[in-house]
Amino acid sequence: MRAPDTTVKAAAPVIAFDKITLAFGAKTIISDLSLEIGRGEIVCVIGPSGCGKTTALRVAGGLIPPTKGTVRLLGEPMAGPRRDVAIVFQDYAKALLPWRTAAGNISLALEAAGVAQSERGDRIRDLLTKVGLAGHEDKYPTEMSGGMQQRIQIARCLAQDPAVLLMDEPFGALDAMTRQGLQDEMLAIVAETGATVFFVTHDLEEAVYLGDRVIGLLPHPGRIGIDQRIDLPRPRNQLETRETLEFLRLRRTLFDFIEKAEH
Amino acid sequence: MKRAWWKGLVVPAALIVLAELAMRVQGSTSMSLAAPSDIVAAFFAILFDGSLLLATRDTLVSAGIGLAAGGFIGLALGILFGLVKPLDRLMEVTIEAIRPIPSVAILPIAMLVFGFGYRMEIAIVAFSCLWPVMIMTRSAMAGIEPRLLEVSRALRLSTWDRVHKIVLPAALPRIMVAFRLAASIALVVAVTVEIAANPLGLGYGILVAQQALQPAVMLAYLVWIGIVGYLLNAALSLMQQRLFGRAGRVEAAS
Repeated sequence: MRAPDTTVKAAAPVIAFDKITLAFGAKTIISDLSLEIGRGEIVCVIGPSGCGKTTALRVAGGLIPPTKGTVRLLGEPMAGPRRDVAIVFQDYAKALLPWRTAAGNISLALEAAGVAQSERGDRIRDLLTKVGLAGHEDKYPTEMSGGMQQRIQIARCLAQDPAVLLMDEPFGALDAMTRQGLQDEMLAIVAETGATVFFVTHDLEEAVYLGDRVIGLLPHPGRIGIDQRIDLPRPRNQLETRETLEFLRLRRTLFDFIEKAEH
Repeated sequence: MKRAWWKGLVVPAALIVLAELAMRVQGSTSMSLAAPSDIVAAFFAILFDGSLLLATRDTLVSAGIGLAAGGFIGLALGILFGLVKPLDRLMEVTIEAIRPIPSVAILPIAMLVFGFGYRMEIAIVAFSCLWPVMIMTRSAMAGIEPRLLEVSRALRLSTWDRVHKIVLPAALPRIMVAFRLAASIALVVAVTVEIAANPLGLGYGILVAQQALQPAVMLAYLVWIGIVGYLLNAALSLMQQRLFGRAGRVEAAS
């Protein structure tokens, strides 16, 4: 939807963590984390539980201010949530309004952005088509499968026209087939919109399959342990990509990393 | 449900027949009991002379306005305390000190301030409806899915949008339950005030019948109050289902 940005800002990282430390009382969750993510990059974040990957995502989304350090978005320091940064939560059932239909849930983001009512209908239909739910606008979340509900949440995030998509284990609660379908749909959508993606997952294969880069965090306190480039060609394919030697090698590297991080 | 709808009526019907027989056989001249047939006759007598409908109107008007006023204040305070936590903590002791006062205990004060009549009764009904609505609204707001509030933050909804698009719809099913509870309290309190002091309404009707040694009329009023209470609750249930059917169902499912 957005034309590639060729202004000066294009050179600047879209998200920049500059020596972020986050502590709750005496407990340090994230320590001195620095990370730059470029425009259109898909960065997957993995790590054992307690490594602060979800917390890092919440800091990037402006939901929690860091104790020390700054997060910059397109060069500007983050001072709270922004509409061009969309967050896809794992628990789609809790993140959707049960009293609104699919269309109503997507509309919430448009209402928040002040889109005129006359324009909302068309935008909602476009977004539903984009996530493969054309014709389901009048269904309520409870009438939809988990995969469909997560698609609604993704559509609501896309309604924000985001420069950055923060995804917190978005497919973790779905069954394997649905998850693979959504992975490919997400890659197609991201390729089309050019959004920058910060994707938290505990599934190493998912990280390799989706990412341009995989960041592995170490726990107690959370810090970067590995920053692995993923040079698998795109478009990727659920069967062929996952069968390549490079895919298996990368998976092994990350597996070894997690093994070591946990001990 | 359809095949057995009459089964629930077997016991009451048997009891009524038994009561009728007992009263007739004994030839009772009780001042507190009356035969069902006499009660029915008395009921139609007060229905046709207009006194029953007038009393019903007086009671429902007092209970209704009291419920509306108390409910509105309770709702507003509940929302306020739900949204502004420091205020909630500040007011907690004060509220917990006032709340347990039985509503009828403020009757003497209300009589001094308002005298007899609608206003006094409305004030007492409002006082008793305020608390359950306030407390249930406050807890309904505390029970809102935190993820939804986070979504509203992420979308940068304005405070007004957050309240009327997220908070209120999420809390509404439970607020509606609070109103139903308050409605039954309103009727009880209104009738109590009428029996205790206020010369109007159904409660006063019972009192007058009792003092006139007319047990059939007294019991006719009693049965009628039961019917009114039942209809009121049924009407509110229906309204709840119509207005918040979906949200209500979701609440029940979770």
